[in-house]
Amino acid sequence: MNNDEIIQVKDLKKYFKTSLGIVRAVDGISFTIREGETFGLVGESGSGKSTTAFTIMGVYEPTDGEIYFKGSPLPKSVKKRPLSLRKEMQMVFQDPGSSLNPRKRIGQIIELPLRVHRLHVGRERERVKELLEMVGLPVDFINRYPGAIGGGEKQLVAIARALASEPSFIALDEPTSALDVSMQAKIINTLLRIQKELNLTYLFITHNLSLMRNVASRVGIMYLGKMFEVAETSEFFHKPLHPYTKMLLSAIPVITEEEEKIKPKRVISRGEIPSPVNVPSGCYFHPRCIDCMEICKKEDPPMVEVSTGHFVKCHLYT
Amino acid sequence: MRIPIEKFITPDRKDSIKRTWYKFSSNPLSIIGLISVLIVTLSAIFAPVLAPYPESWGRWVDFSQACQPPSWKHPFGTDIYGRDILSRIMFGFRYDLLMAICILAMVVPTGTFLGLIAGYYRGTWIDTVIMRITDIFLAIPSIVLALAICALLKPSLFNSMMAVSLLWWPWYSRLAYSIASSLRNEYFVLAAELIGAHPLYIIFSEILPNCLAPIFTKMTLDVGWVILIGATLSFVGLGAQEPTPALGTMVSVGAKYMPDYWWMTIFPALAIAFTILGFNLLGDGIRDALAIEEI
Repeated sequence: MNNDEIIQVKDLKKYFKTSLGIVRAVDGISFTIREGETFGLVGESGSGKSTTAFTIMGVYEPTDGEIYFKGSPLPKSVKKRPLSLRKEMQMVFQDPGSSLNPRKRIGQIIELPLRVHRLHVGRERERVKELLEMVGLPVDFINRYPGAIGGGEKQLVAIARALASEPSFIALDEPTSALDVSMQAKIINTLLRIQKELNLTYLFITHNLSLMRNVASRVGIMYLGKMFEVAETSEFFHKPLHPYTKMLLSAIPVITEEEEKIKPKRVISRGEIPSPVNVPSGCYFHPRCIDCMEICKKEDPPMVEVSTGHFVKCHLYT
Repeated sequence: MRIPIEKFITPDRKDSIKRTWYKFSSNPLSIIGLISVLIVTLSAIFAPVLAPYPESWGRWVDFSQACQPPSWKHPFGTDIYGRDILSRIMFGFRYDLLMAICILAMVVPTGTFLGLIAGYYRGTWIDTVIMRITDIFLAIPSIVLALAICALLKPSLFNSMMAVSLLWWPWYSRLAYSIASSLRNEYFVLAAELIGAHPLYIIFSEILPNCLAPIFTKMTLDVGWVILIGATLSFVGLGAQEPTPALGTMVSVGAKYMPDYWWMTIFPALAIAFTILGFNLLGDGIRDALAIEEI
């Protein structure tokens, strides 16, 4: 394995027991994230993107599979990870409203990682101000309560908190999906600027493909807990291989002729994502696939490397 | 000079207190509750100064004044030893409030602490052990348990307080549990875990401040109920004993002379009702003002 691989996920599985049956939220996915890159994870709602992030972070214990961080296996639960490891990995959540304690001042919220990891001892206040400036928030936010600031600002505070422990890896779980478009742009720009400044690695989760094209260096697409295709961003958008990827890409609304040309031929989206409790046989996607063959109904295709760094899980390419 | 617009639009703590007070005071019942509670509390604190016959509180006899009906001299009448009922009620507030405060001081921290721990460790054996013990205590009718304990021990104010405490804490652990177990999955608790904060820090510094408003409200509502249970125990002779002027004891002693000397029972009973009503109205007002859903 390469030295620049910061996270390696091997055959990761996370099943949940529910009253309806076992939900295979993440069902045997493997991928690597390289240092300094943004790995994008896309998929419809319920495809297991967030579960993947939570499992990597150790919020959920994986049912099976291994996660390596900088070459060494990660303890399954965050509670068993040493402080030095928790410091390295941070997360920004989807809902900025609930990610800040309403009873604490912004200053106290950002200060917590500094106190826990004993960073900048004696000058915590100054460091908090620096972090606020880094994410582009006014310094006088330090004495405000989360209730007194807007949703986008809350998300920036959450980002500042994630940065406070000086991590090398941040999982961003749909960080902009709850915000309006102007705020989205501001947050994405801030994230990209900070990534460059601090050489951070991101796991970026979204269902917004246009956003993904601008943010991610590599993209993985998930469907019902399985990874269908992993490729460099340009390759993913210009030479999509999996029928599901083609279907999603062709559904992006475009404005200009130019954009229309690079888009794959219109593939009519059929059906909806099936219930994760009651999954189809063979390839999970076959009931919706336009290229469905006999074998697809019986056998789950393996993940194959079609060209360098371009993986796809489809019988068309085996 | 330019004043930053944030100065005008961002609500700070003071504004939120003002808004809460506005909501509270717009309900006349809440104000009635507040005034009643103030009357009870102030007359309890300043009983030695305010009471017309402060010597009436304890062992004191003046047969020339015995069994007087309500008059200008003794607005609530006198008892069989010639002690002024109004003065005794004022001292009675002292005992009843003190009892309520002592009971809540024991019950609220214990119950809240257990509930928070169980809520934070929801789904583990810690949760099971704490909450099943809570359920067992809740399953026994409270007044039966209190009667049993008081009957076993020597009847006194202190023992009745212990008995009521023993049956009251499960309500607080239930309340704290329900809040803590729902906050447990909030992202800010998750973030603190990912950062590596100690579980005790998360329980007391992240979760507890978000439970305080409902717990405070329940405390206010409970003052009335604790007084009622205390009075019940005193009435059946298992609480404070004569000549301690606890309101329940006064009702119980006076009841022997009903209906001829009705004022000996009726006025202490009305005082109990007044106190409980006051605390309940106040508690309801606080609950509505803080917009706490259900207790």
